[in-house]
Amino acid sequence: MGGSAKQQKLIGSVLVYGVLIILCVIWTLPTLGTLVTSFRHRDDTKRTGWWTAFSDPNFTMSNYQQAVAGKEVEIVDSSGNRVTVAGKDMSQAFINSLTVTIPSVVIPLLIAAFAAYGFAWLNFPGRKFFFTFVVALMVVPLQIALVPILRDYKTLDLNGTWLAIWLAHTGFGLTLSIYLLFNYISTLPRDILESAFMDGASQFTIFTRLILPLSIPAIASLTILQFLWVWNDFLVATVFLGTKNEVMVLTQYLQGLVGERASDWHLLTAGAFVTMIVPLIVFFALQRFFVRGMLAGSVKG
Amino acid sequence: METKPRTFRRSVDDDRVIGGVCDGLAEHYQLDPGRVRWAFLILSLFFGLGIAAYISLWLVVPEQEQVEEEGERRPTGLVPWIVRVLFSVAVPIIFFIVMRAGFIWLRGGEAHQLLIAVVAIIWGVGGTALLFVIANAVVEQLPSQWTAAIQPFVFVGPGLAILGWYLFMPVVRSLWASFFDAPTKQFVGLENYVFVFTDRTMLEAFRNNVLWLVIGTGLAVIFGLIIAVLADRTHPVFEVITKSLIFLPMAISFVGAGVIWRLVYAFKPAGQPQIGLLNAVVTAFGADPIGWISEAPINTILFIIVFIWMQAGYAMVILSAALKGVPQELLEAGRIDGATEVQIFLNIMVPYIQGTIITVSTSILLLTLKVFDIVWTMTGGQYGSHVIGTVFFRQMFTFVHNGRASAIAMVLLILVIPVMWYNLKQFQEQEAF
Repeated sequence: MGGSAKQQKLIGSVLVYGVLIILCVIWTLPTLGTLVTSFRHRDDTKRTGWWTAFSDPNFTMSNYQQAVAGKEVEIVDSSGNRVTVAGKDMSQAFINSLTVTIPSVVIPLLIAAFAAYGFAWLNFPGRKFFFTFVVALMVVPLQIALVPILRDYKTLDLNGTWLAIWLAHTGFGLTLSIYLLFNYISTLPRDILESAFMDGASQFTIFTRLILPLSIPAIASLTILQFLWVWNDFLVATVFLGTKNEVMVLTQYLQGLVGERASDWHLLTAGAFVTMIVPLIVFFALQRFFVRGMLAGSVKG
Repeated sequence: METKPRTFRRSVDDDRVIGGVCDGLAEHYQLDPGRVRWAFLILSLFFGLGIAAYISLWLVVPEQEQVEEEGERRPTGLVPWIVRVLFSVAVPIIFFIVMRAGFIWLRGGEAHQLLIAVVAIIWGVGGTALLFVIANAVVEQLPSQWTAAIQPFVFVGPGLAILGWYLFMPVVRSLWASFFDAPTKQFVGLENYVFVFTDRTMLEAFRNNVLWLVIGTGLAVIFGLIIAVLADRTHPVFEVITKSLIFLPMAISFVGAGVIWRLVYAFKPAGQPQIGLLNAVVTAFGADPIGWISEAPINTILFIIVFIWMQAGYAMVILSAALKGVPQELLEAGRIDGATEVQIFLNIMVPYIQGTIITVSTSILLLTLKVFDIVWTMTGGQYGSHVIGTVFFRQMFTFVHNGRASAIAMVLLILVIPVMWYNLKQFQEQEAF
């Protein structure tokens, strides 16, 4: 009897590990295939599947040079002729992505932190009403805002400027940020505030000297959520920045590559990996905060 | 015993928000003031009816007789509200004008790209911080009871103003535009809505969105749940690695995911070696390769798989945290009673974390309703793969039909209203205030 129970437990354990390993392989294979392809020669990617590359390894860095640095690359085509192919410069799009992302993360977080503090700890008429207003707006699809805001930007001659897209990301990211920071700030012990107030500190001092430092964990989580959202965004950038080269961000650059060079898998995959580098670094370095941020978000209904 | 005011009077107590109309109405009819305020707000969506009604009641109905209190009273009435609105709206506007001027100046410059970027970032971020510092400094110069009355709006005002501009007003304006023709000149009644519910592409989009909603949400949550439960029973190191691998796609953009999965779904004619993983598997079994992306409805299913690949990690993380909260004694009790592991999972764990499952499902459900990027990067909506999001984008930018685009957006909003209502109910129950 005891033996069979032990046996059953072993079978169960093997089953658990087996299922998880299979799922992990399925989840990882698409990304792995992309990574391998990005190091293969152009003609190989067109002729054979990426999994054959392991039996006959023949890798190159030239895809990245071509996709990222815009270097001209010499290629021997199928009939043996040497062809020079012009690359595309990705550095501009990379800088643009950073220019869009940094303020689009900092500005909404700053505004949200002030608002969350106001809602959590200040007393004013309509406090509950206005907060309900914020919660209600949380699910409004951002599509609804695109046409009206685009019209406003046209009137204000703002289309294609950084300010336009920062404010748009601010508007769309603000509801969740206010809500999450409110949840966090309202759980901070109230006596801290009261003793500080007794000491004659102003609300503003309490906020900047006490509340902000205490809210760092929540702010860190939100920073990552908002960062990934803005960095990976395609729709908002396309609508408010446009697709001109000077303002194009990485996702648009990659989408352009998909359109122009749909069968150049060596370039597409290299390009895709370059756009993924920054979020992947952020993701692995700050995974803990990211998870915490999402957990905080799920407290909502 | 609470006495019901005999006649309807505008409220003067601390519960009132603007003129005390809603609070007074609520007191008179013994309703919840929050509900009355929402009724006015929703009425305002219809050609400003609510606002008009509010203002006329404000002017016509007298105030309750004031009960004199001892000590300093907070300023009430119209004047503090004018100042509050001033700080909430006018201050950000002034700030905005200054910011914009900076950008116009930057745009004209011939400086190096990187330098412009750095200056722009400092200008934007620093400007926002300055906005708060300056507005606060001004408010703190006021007499102390005025500071107390106005200061909260220095804090919450800019946020509310931006939300008003970027989310609330667009709802009102889209509702308005959805009853007009393409350039919003001619009133067309319900024509755009008739289009939304009869157009062939829209019907196709609705059908596909149902698939997205049911399969996408269902499988993402089920996979997330299964992985969370299984990983919980493995060695901690194995658990961390598994979770990271499943979670990783969340960090990838939809466009990037599009490239990754187009490679999986790549198609070469029969006879040639396949470069796509899926067709390689299919041909290995002796079948003919399939042009996955160009065949409906299989293409929609395959795009939903991309979505599940990206969202299961989110479901897993949240559900895993909830599972760790299930009391061990409960599980032990089940085991002693001779329940199998599957029974324990279905009869103890799932009911215990039900609330979290609903929360995760609604968040993912909202994403499936709004889905756009995956389909757009894969096919642009061709080959019968349109969803509401892509039809909207086409109406807006390809056909430049503002009325139809707005009507589609309104339909999307109506679809999410149940979720909004549920959120608000949860929020009220939490008694966060």
